[in-house]
Amino acid sequence: MTTGLLFALIGAVLFTLGVHGLIVHGHLLRRILAINIMGSGVFLVLAAPGGGPAGPDPVPQAMVITGIVVAVSATALALALVLRIRDATGRSGLPGDPSE
Amino acid sequence: MVNVNLQASGVSNPVTAVLLNFRGYDTLLEMGVLLLALTGVWSLAGKTPRQAGPPDPVLELLARILVPLMILVAGYLFWIGGQAPGGAFQAGSVLGAAGVLILLTGWQAGPVADGPGLRTVLVAGLIVFILAGLATMGSGRRFLEYPPTAAGMIILVIGAVATLSIGLTLAALFLGGRPGPPPEEQ
Repeated sequence: MTTGLLFALIGAVLFTLGVHGLIVHGHLLRRILAINIMGSGVFLVLAAPGGGPAGPDPVPQAMVITGIVVAVSATALALALVLRIRDATGRSGLPGDPSE
Repeated sequence: MVNVNLQASGVSNPVTAVLLNFRGYDTLLEMGVLLLALTGVWSLAGKTPRQAGPPDPVLELLARILVPLMILVAGYLFWIGGQAPGGAFQAGSVLGAAGVLILLTGWQAGPVADGPGLRTVLVAGLIVFILAGLATMGSGRRFLEYPPTAAGMIILVIGAVATLSIGLTLAALFLGGRPGPPPEEQ
């Protein structure tokens, strides 16, 4: 198994774990974490092709850099939304969440 | 394809060439996303301000040592981005982390943060990027199509301003609410 394939497989596993977490958990913080884990999986898959004789392909590398910064800012916005929801409703989970 | 055209990009690091030249519009829009996220966070800012306790002395000492070092590292990362791994985003992230560290020590920006200075730096990255695009259009080229002879300098200027904007935006996102005095109760 090549390194690139290993990276891609781990990325796919992370993405699947993230989807699972997103569906199973009702608490909004856990959902944000799950989306971030999904994003990390996507970044791993993008970066997986690795180096050829001319070095790594710069286009996916640049996309990953862009993606990481967008993911961070989207997470910050989501966290602000969660805080606002908690201020407004006193809860930070979806209705029916057992951890409430 | 990137490596074939690298000569015309003005930098010798292919990732920086993609980010700030070949796919410059991606990065331009991303600066917009950062700004939008910050606008969203500011408009959502809750009623309860963060309680500022006395800073942990260990944290304060650490910040005193680390923050200047991080600013130095950010400058280096930005500068080396032309030739080797590094660049505006990496440098901006390090700057943002330095800002987070400062905020963790309970530092208050005070009236400086409420003035136009902070907001100018926040939008400067996007503005300079758009101005560069318009300037290339003005000289008969397409949007963000740099002339190869001046591309290095254009990338340097855009990158430097973008680094500051990204760093400050990330730190401001961490802060959550709008800096400055709390808004009046309605």
